[in-house]
Formats: sequence, structure tokens, C-alpha cells
Amino acid sequence: MVLRIDATGLHYTPLNRQVRAAVRDGETEIVIDNVLGQRFIADGLCGEVRITVNGVPGGDLGMFMRGPTVIVNGNADHAPGNTMDGGTIIIHGSAGDAVAHSMRGGRVFVRDDIGYRGGIHMKEYEEKRPCLVVGGSARSYLGEYMAGGIVLLLRLGDTGPFVERGIASGIHGGEVYIRGEVDPGCLAIGAKVLPLDEERRARIRPLIEEFCRYFGEDPAPLIAADYTRIGPASARPFAGKYVWE
Amino acid sequence: MAVGSVPLRYRITIDRDRCMECGRCVENCPYGTFRWEGDRIVVDSRNCTACHRCIAMCPRDAISLAEYPCDYRSHPLWTRDAREAIYNQARSGKIILAGMGNVQPLPPIFDSLLLDACQVTNPSIDPLREPMELRTYIGKKPSKLEFSRTPDGDVDLRTELTPNLMLETPIMIGHMSYGAISLNAQLALAKGAHGAGTFLGTGEGGMHPAIFPYQDNMIVQVASGRFGVDVDYLNRGAAIEIKIGQGAKPGIGGHLPGEKVCADVSCTRMIPMGSDAISPAPHHDIYSIEDLAQLVRSLKEATEWKKPVFVKIAAVHNVAAIAAGIARSSADAVVVDGFRGGTGAAPKVFRDHVGIPIEAAISAVDQKLRNQGVRNEISVVASGGIRNAADVTKAIALGADAVYIGTAALVAMGCRVCGNCYRGLCPWGIATQRPDLVARLDPEKEGEHVANLIHAWTMEVSELMGAAGINAIESLRGNRDRLRGYLLDEGMLKVLDVKPVGA
Repeated sequence: MVLRIDATGLHYTPLNRQVRAAVRDGETEIVIDNVLGQRFIADGLCGEVRITVNGVPGGDLGMFMRGPTVIVNGNADHAPGNTMDGGTIIIHGSAGDAVAHSMRGGRVFVRDDIGYRGGIHMKEYEEKRPCLVVGGSARSYLGEYMAGGIVLLLRLGDTGPFVERGIASGIHGGEVYIRGEVDPGCLAIGAKVLPLDEERRARIRPLIEEFCRYFGEDPAPLIAADYTRIGPASARPFAGKYVWE
Repeated sequence: MAVGSVPLRYRITIDRDRCMECGRCVENCPYGTFRWEGDRIVVDSRNCTACHRCIAMCPRDAISLAEYPCDYRSHPLWTRDAREAIYNQARSGKIILAGMGNVQPLPPIFDSLLLDACQVTNPSIDPLREPMELRTYIGKKPSKLEFSRTPDGDVDLRTELTPNLMLETPIMIGHMSYGAISLNAQLALAKGAHGAGTFLGTGEGGMHPAIFPYQDNMIVQVASGRFGVDVDYLNRGAAIEIKIGQGAKPGIGGHLPGEKVCADVSCTRMIPMGSDAISPAPHHDIYSIEDLAQLVRSLKEATEWKKPVFVKIAAVHNVAAIAAGIARSSADAVVVDGFRGGTGAAPKVFRDHVGIPIEAAISAVDQKLRNQGVRNEISVVASGGIRNAADVTKAIALGADAVYIGTAALVAMGCRVCGNCYRGLCPWGIATQRPDLVARLDPEKEGEHVANLIHAWTMEVSELMGAAGINAIESLRGNRDRLRGYLLDEGMLKVLDVKPVGA
């Protein structure tokens, strides 16, 4: 049984209350129709539930979320997956700035483009290894301050070198994979191009396949493509900056 | 090396007539000031930090410590500190890190503010026989209350009240993270806060399971690094605090070096062992006051609007306008941290030169919020250099609802303010993760000391209020007529909105 919620004219708090109440009642499939900018959908929501969002959700979609799968049929505003703990967000469109900010676990898939600061400060701990997969392109400061996890940028339809600046500034853990060449001048302080061996290719392959499953793409050319792998130059980017009093 | 070595800072002397060579000084000093040479203890004063552990542990009072007289040519501008900092940076080429609070010899404004006392016409109140109300609620208050009558004649409150924290005293303990301080130290603070009926902050290091029994007394912090932040952590706290800035280092982030991220710290911060824990200066999802409002509301949504949300900022030049913005962001309290706030580690140049005094900041914030008619919409917490009950009382009279104490609570547990917290070797078991040093701090005993301190100050605040003819803390809040400025210039009196002595 699918529970349908009509979000027309609904403020985010009553909308989220309805979603929470439904999850508490054991609902496993929820469809929210007519979403128009409501923020914080599934914020702090825990449990095994599949939520389909029809429309454009506002900021902080799935923030602090643990467990649910959220499918957005539309674009998303900024910071979907903010400090998310677990679960999956699939966006059939583009998303704004700070996508997957400080994400701690789970996966975010964006079919098209994302804004600035994607994957910023993503981190990992034990079995929690978050990933952000973007089908299109990203703006500057991708993977900035990254402390763990994987950012994968597929750049579908783009064949030139990636030229957005400030890639991975202050990165001290995790990896950024960008399909194709990356202008070396775009790498920020602390970031370094690392070799892409077979083990690393094997690591991103399931993410490519999963992306293609969601969005109906052919995985073969993406699996065979060349990627630039970017990681931290050091796990201690600031180790040499300070002296004691 | 061109600059050579600098003179020692402290001189340790052992009175050989009193010393019985028991070796406790050798065991107790983690900095290596004492060592055995054969059956005799010898001293290397250069290693001394003036932590006083050796003096406290010597059973024969045989150890004495003195600041070593400076043998530089005396100069009012080129002080010993100024010269030695240059030697250090000429050698290293690096930013100097320092611990604890501002060491500039600037006079505390608190000491130039004098409290009032009643005499004949409006007699003072004796707290021994009159009830004194020090209970403090932190959170939003409604601007008016609406009631309705039930058919059977009862009165119902129609106004929906937002969740508040209830404190038995206007004194809370500020945020000191597990990582910056030891688990035993945080546990002692938690026990102390629990015993005194008040709250303490987790800092930005997450919450260790050992603290769970005290979670109802904890304010959980969300800093830019989002360390240890998940929905369980948010729900455990009695309140949530967004840390934007800190008085000891306004405008910069936090950084716990990888070597301090041991297994337990890694678990509470939820990052791999040995990884640097970097909290950058800005929150990456806050680039405007509207973004801050969004984070406040996202935290409220995640916890179903059951928790008050605080926003902590450093006291800076435009603090009142910033606080006015925060008041409109759905936040329940604004914490203003003055430039004397302590820290485990901060660049010395920030610690000593950035920010403004809490006295001026709190007064400016209170006035601005009152002028804009939004003071009731938010509580104000003052922190950064609160040293005694008089400072607490003056901060409240200048407009704070409550204060956070930090260094004072550490001093209650033995801290000697030696300022070497960043070295991780704290001989009192406070700012260290070394198991043998951590074990020196007994959480039960030190928790009692912390609770005692808060009880004592609370009684003193109540006596000071009684002397001023005030029997409820609410009547003291922002009551500047109970203050007079002594030896303060006109500009400062205007900022504080306080009359000079005699007026």
C-alpha cells in the first residue's frame, strides 16, 4: 500500500510530521505530490522507507537522515544529504550548492549538475563510507575539506578538461574521481592527482552501475572511461603550519 | 643558530634540607623538569611550565617556583614576550599556537564596575530568611500570555510555550570537547553540572557513552566540522548549540591534530583514528543570516521542535547587529563569548588580539535587542573570562540571562592555568589523553568540587542580589542601575549604558 501525501500549500513542519507519523505507523512506501520548495523533507528521519518526492524540494533534503531512500522527480535545492548518516537520495534533475555537505554515510545520486561546494567535508567512519555520484558537472570547491568517502563526477556529454577551480582544497581523506582530464591549475592546496589502478577502478564500478540503473544510462562506456583520481597530498595538511608558544 | 636559546621562564628550587628524595616530583612532572641522577633528584627548570603539580604533590613542601627574572634590556615596547615570539618565528617560520585565554595586560572592565547595596530607605534583603529566586529559564519567552476559562471555572493557558532549559542557577559550564579535555575531566564537569542543577556543553567532539547518564544536563554542539553529529546525538542533548565562533579565536576554525585522535576520540568524533579533525572557519551551509536560520530550523525539524537551539558567536565589533539577526533566526539563545575566553589551542595572535571584551559585547547585544523589541524572543548567555560571583552578577546586570564558565570550572578541578593545554601533557589529567595522566583526575571528587564552586557562587550571587534589594534574578537582568562605572571613560560608560560612580 502506497501512502500519498499532497504537499500543496503545506508548510514543511506539518508535512514532515505526516511523513514521520506514517513511518512510525510502519508505512514503507510514501509518495509526496506537488512539492514546491518545502525544506527539510526527511530531516532526521530514520527507518526503512521509500519516499518519492514529486516536484522540487527545498534545502536540506534528507539532512541527518538514517535509512530511507528518497527519490526526487525534479530538481533539488541546496544541500541535499547534509550531514546524512545513511540511506540513499536519488535526484532526477540538478541540485544546488553544498550537495552531500558533511555527509557521514549513505549515497547521493544526482542525474544532472550540482552547484558549488559539492561533497564538502564528507567524512567516513568504520563501515560508513559515503558517496556522491553526479551525472553532469559541478562548480568550484568540489570535495573541499573532504575527510573521507568518494565523490564521483561523470560529466556526461562533456569531453573537455574539467576547469572548475578550488578542487578539494584542504582535503585530508577520501577521494574525488572526475571523468576525463582535469586542468592541474584547478587543484587546490592539499589536493593531489593520484594514480588510477585497477583496484580503484573496481571501487567506482559499482557506483557507475548503480547510477546507470537509476537513470537509464549505458554503463559500459562509463566503466571503460578514463578518470582523474584526486586525493589528499597528506593526511595532515596543517601539520607544518604551527609552532608552540 | 643566530638567535640562540632564550632564558628560562621559571626557576624551580629544591630545599635540600626538606627534600627526602621520595621521587614524587619525578613521577608527577610529565614535562621532565625532574630526574634522578644516581640517588639524587636534579632539576631542569627550562622544562617547567609552572603547572604546580610538583609543589602540590611534594609531601615536605621542599619545592619552590619563581618566575625567572628577565635579563633582557628593559624596554616598555620590546617586552620579553615580544622578543621571544620573534625569536621563535625567526627560527620556525610558523604560526605560534598557545593555550588558555588572552594574556594581554588589559584591565578587565568587570573590575571597574561596582555593584550597588541598599542602605536605609529601601532596605536590603536577607537571603537567609527571604526566598531568593535564582531559577533561570533559557529559551524563547512569549511576549504575552493568553488564557481561556473552562466551563468549570478553571483557567487554561492558550499560549503555546516553546521548550526552555530550566537551571537552578544562572551559571552553566561552557563547551569543552572530549579530545581537548580528557574523558575524566568531561565526566567530572558533567557530574558537577548535574549536582548543581545546571548544564554543560559537549564541545564539538561528539558524546562519549560514559557521558550518556548525564545527557539530560548536556548541550550538544554542532560545529562546522559536524564531528560526532548524527540524529541520536542531537536527540540526546537537552539543547543544541550551533558554534559559529569562539572568544579565544574569533573568525577561525578548530583543529584537533591527528595524533590526539586516539581510538576513543575517533569513536566520539566519528572519524578514523589518527585523522586530523578540522572544523573550518565557516559552516559550509551558512553564508548568510538566512542560511543560519535554515540550520537552526533544520536542527529543530530533526528533533521535532523539542529542543532549544543556541547559537554561539565570538564577541566582535558588530556583535549586536549579528545577535539581532540571530534573534530572528528561530534560535532560542545567543551565546556571546568574550575575548578572554579560554581554549585548548589557538594561534597566539588571535587569542591575544582579536575580539572585544564580554562586558561591552553583552551590554551592546542587550541594548540592541531591547531597542528592536526582540529581547524577549531570545535568551542571552555571556561567557569568556568569568572569574567569580561578582563577574556573574555584573554580566547579568549588563543584560545576560546566564553565564557559561570554562576556565573557572577547570581551576575547580586543579588546573593552574599554565597555558600548555595544546601539548597534551596536562599533569592534572585535564587537557590530556595520556592514560596515566587522565587517571590522575578522579571524576567523583572533582565533580564535587565543580558542584561546590557553582553552589558557592550561586549563594554569593544571591547575597549580592539581596544587598541590592533584589529577590529574583529576573529583576537583576539588564538592571544597569545596580551598576556604576569607576575609572571608565565616557565612551565606555555609554557603550555599557552605565552611570559613573556618584551619579
